[in-house]
Amino acid sequence: MLAIFVKRVLMAIPVLLAVATMTFFLIKLAPGGPFDAEKAVSPQVLKNLNAVYNLDASQWVQYTDYMTGVVQGDFGPSFKYPGRSVTEMISSGLPITFELAMYAILIALVIGILSGVLAALKRNTMLDFIPMAIAMIGICVPTFLMGPLLVLIFGIQLELLPVAGWGQLSGDKILPSITLGFAYAAYIARLSRGGMLEVLNQDFIRTARAKGLTERMVVIKHAMQGGLIPVVSFLGPAIAGLLAGSFVVETIFQIPGLGRFYVEAALNRDYTMILGTTIFFSAMIVFFNLLSDLASLWLNPRSRDV
Amino acid sequence: MSKNSSLWSDAIYRLTRNKAAMMGGGILVALIISALLAPWIAPYSYSYQDLDLGASPPSAEHLLGTDILGRDLLSRILYGARVSLLVGFVATGVALVIGVSWGVIAGYFGGRVDSVMMRIVDILYGLPFIIFVILLMVIFGSNLWLLFGAIGAVEWLTMSRIVRGQVIVLKNQEFVLAAKAMGVSNFSMFKRHLLPNILGPIAVYATLTIPAVMLLESFLSFLGLGIQPPMSSWGTLIKDGVESMEEFSWLLIYPGLTFTITLFALNFFGDGLRDALDPKTTDN
Repeated sequence: MLAIFVKRVLMAIPVLLAVATMTFFLIKLAPGGPFDAEKAVSPQVLKNLNAVYNLDASQWVQYTDYMTGVVQGDFGPSFKYPGRSVTEMISSGLPITFELAMYAILIALVIGILSGVLAALKRNTMLDFIPMAIAMIGICVPTFLMGPLLVLIFGIQLELLPVAGWGQLSGDKILPSITLGFAYAAYIARLSRGGMLEVLNQDFIRTARAKGLTERMVVIKHAMQGGLIPVVSFLGPAIAGLLAGSFVVETIFQIPGLGRFYVEAALNRDYTMILGTTIFFSAMIVFFNLLSDLASLWLNPRSRDV
Repeated sequence: MSKNSSLWSDAIYRLTRNKAAMMGGGILVALIISALLAPWIAPYSYSYQDLDLGASPPSAEHLLGTDILGRDLLSRILYGARVSLLVGFVATGVALVIGVSWGVIAGYFGGRVDSVMMRIVDILYGLPFIIFVILLMVIFGSNLWLLFGAIGAVEWLTMSRIVRGQVIVLKNQEFVLAAKAMGVSNFSMFKRHLLPNILGPIAVYATLTIPAVMLLESFLSFLGLGIQPPMSSWGTLIKDGVESMEEFSWLLIYPGLTFTITLFALNFFGDGLRDALDPKTTDN
């Protein structure tokens, strides 16, 4: 177990290095310099600007300087917001995005697992059909449509909830969290239903029932541990999806999180900000994938020796 | 191919009995035909502006209403279908070409070639690809061909795994060994012996990739990083609809509905095709 753990962690390092390197040189390929938008500046000023931002050094020196900075948590200055560093912007947006993602995952896990397990136990009844039909809607309606529709219904027509913001008006965290969590609730409901159905037919469940355990014990202690492994392995990739979802949700609800910063940086061509956030996002995704891999290894002893 | 005809006619029989899949297929065919015929059947040009009219709710002249610039929404949805479907099919085609060749080569040659190629796929799987697509769009500007390439380059990974698995099973069967013994070249081996036998799973996965690709395109267009005006796709129509939904809700609802129905249709058709081609999955 420890050997696998170490191996997976060691495999993540070259991946991250490759991503950072690729992104760095891709950004260098982008047409135009960072100061093209400024009014015509004299060659002397341009030279000083380039010196301040380390752009007069050779590509290799720029690369090694940048990477040394990244390892120490310094992503350099932002090109579009003079005086602000990329690290500052990431650390101001991250807590908000993290909170949003946590609520969304929580909603997805609670609703998804409850309805999925229930659907599996009450197979081919209304308790199975209705949640699964709703889940199908959740999978087919994209986040960028679900969000505005929820705003239209609950914010504008019914005037129940605020339509934008984060932490300013009471209840303004509800709609963004539901918007982001809904699609994942749908996936998790389908995965946990499928996983439970598979496990419920197995011999050890029959043994548990034959022992005279209550149905509640059988489901919670025996069936769910195996039946929910697909959900655990789904959570890693889901983090990557949540990130993309946060781009949309934070744009719709005007939330000052990391996702919105990223989209703005992309629209404004703030190259250093894009570079920094891309590396940061990649590190997070690799980390969460690793975590969910290890969790499913731990839950499923049979896959350990692969 | 005559050897395969029973499998295919069997599959078609099963597919025609699946009502949800047939309905999905019907909607798709209708949609594709109306997208192709858009210049002839659209009531107005997609760019014709009637500024005096402005945004008007659905009426007899404008069945789905008009947008802020007085452009007919139905016509814009029809023309948007051309872009959205084109992206869906072309990007899936790109993914198909890369994924199938990658999978066939890895599976057929095996050994070190296989392990290096599949390790690369494993690594790529762990990366935030959506961010890379955005990165490419930012660096090289959003043009339609780059969009095809970038999305296609993201979606081939699963295809290569599926194809590799199938090829590994096939390559030890007698007819492949016999062909090899007769000195058939690698290329015609792929073309005549391997490809026809893996068409089923490829077709299934391709139909399920199309909605994923369309979703990705509209996601990018929604953020302003995909299709650029004056061209419009369903993603940009939804984006415009969101901006004015408070007063003119039809501008969000109709494009949204069209898009959702299309995704439903593609998913149902893809699921039906999978069940039809793989009898094992049908009875449970």
